[in-house]
Amino acid sequence: MSWGERLEKLDRRWIFLAVGFLVLIPLLFPFKLPIAVSGPARRYFEAVDKIPDGSTVVVSGDFDPASAPELMPMLTSSVRHLFRKNCKIIALQLWPGGPPLVDGVLHSLGDEMGKKYGVDYVNLGYKSGNEVVMLAFGTSFSRTFPNDYSGTPVKQLPLMQKNDNFETTKLLVNISAGYPGTKEWVQQAQGRFHITMVSGSTAVQAPELYPYLQSGQVLGLLGGMAGAAEYEKSTGVLGPATKGMDAQSSAHVFIMFLILLGNAIYFARRNAQGRA
Amino acid sequence: MGFDVSPDPGVWIAALLTLFIFSFLYKDNPLYKFAEHLFVGVSAGYIVVQQFWQVLFPNLIEPMFFQPGTADAWKFWIGAVLCVLLFTRFSAKASWLSRFAIAVIIGVYAGAKTTGFAQAEVVAQVQATMLNLWDPAHIGASINNIVLVVGVVCTLVFFFFSTEHKGPVGGAAKLGIWYLMVSFGAAYGFTVMSRISLLIGRFQFLLDQWLGIVRF
Repeated sequence: MSWGERLEKLDRRWIFLAVGFLVLIPLLFPFKLPIAVSGPARRYFEAVDKIPDGSTVVVSGDFDPASAPELMPMLTSSVRHLFRKNCKIIALQLWPGGPPLVDGVLHSLGDEMGKKYGVDYVNLGYKSGNEVVMLAFGTSFSRTFPNDYSGTPVKQLPLMQKNDNFETTKLLVNISAGYPGTKEWVQQAQGRFHITMVSGSTAVQAPELYPYLQSGQVLGLLGGMAGAAEYEKSTGVLGPATKGMDAQSSAHVFIMFLILLGNAIYFARRNAQGRA
Repeated sequence: MGFDVSPDPGVWIAALLTLFIFSFLYKDNPLYKFAEHLFVGVSAGYIVVQQFWQVLFPNLIEPMFFQPGTADAWKFWIGAVLCVLLFTRFSAKASWLSRFAIAVIIGVYAGAKTTGFAQAEVVAQVQATMLNLWDPAHIGASINNIVLVVGVVCTLVFFFFSTEHKGPVGGAAKLGIWYLMVSFGAAYGFTVMSRISLLIGRFQFLLDQWLGIVRF
């Protein structure tokens, strides 16, 4: 059996094990590879940074724990960036698994940065209905979400008394893992209500969103953990995304090596069969 | 680098379930199956509770029964009746009644999707492709614009099947295939990045919150 045939018949569990070690070792012993901020991430930072201090911003956290490693660092950095600018945050979620994650980030950063619930930030929680919720929300926040996540009527919250639709908000930040997410917000809210929008998405979804970036429908885009790390670098507060990038890079190099090796074996065998 | 193992039982349960799921990479086993079934059951229960307390109660039950003087209360009754009609699907004889509710859902969704799609995908995207192809002051941007416009045209030609793909049409279609291949490659690369990120997230949880070896 040639080395090529042996590699073709290699038990794939060896590859799983190798990827596991290549992820684990850089997490234990980081190489601290440099991180360059790409155009879409820079534009995301600038779009958030450019809104006037104290503005009201809608943050829609449309994800669940399955995408948390990629999206939680983006959400944390975005909320921190907005709180630093004394922006008021109205948060909502269109995925049922999202509310506890978003609520945790808002309360922990709110406490850390001296923000008051109901005055500086509100979490409206989850609502099913996807695009219909987006449409209804754009018409009236309070009619779509009569109560907040903890069941308090929103009419009792000072922040919600001043804001009931997109007319008084300066930015829509969407952190999205798929459907419903950025695509639907662009279709239902951005064009209809003329709201400025930025998006942080999972890497799987990011290629579908680049056309919106090119057209200006979305002003900035963070794609996956790499996008989150670039945004962390821009805000100056390094977090789990930055610390995961060495592991990400080493696993990518290994996968690239496997793709090249697989192709080399394929062409070598094809040539050998051609000669025979 | 030392161990600072979490005393929190919730963290231990999460860590053990993570390891049970990872055990599938070696081979299918009862621990993996246990974690998988537990996840399905807990998710179903969680969603039922979430839908009731976050959606049904504040948007329907509360204004109907616990808020006297709700404006236009009759609207909520229409919603409630349509909601109940959906449950007639459980009866073979009465299931036809659910079609009224389904018709409303489809009608509303179709209307919302069509207008949103036309505005955001057709008008805005076509506008974004109408670019200045040559500006001597911005050569880099001009090249980008040419690459984009040629890509859009050639990819559309590839999907145009009313003419045989021969001659200039065939050449453009072939270039369109190359553009598609590049986009598939980019999508695959992003997918790999996403999956590795999830693995990193789980390892960070195990190393940080469970074992306390490294703080992220």
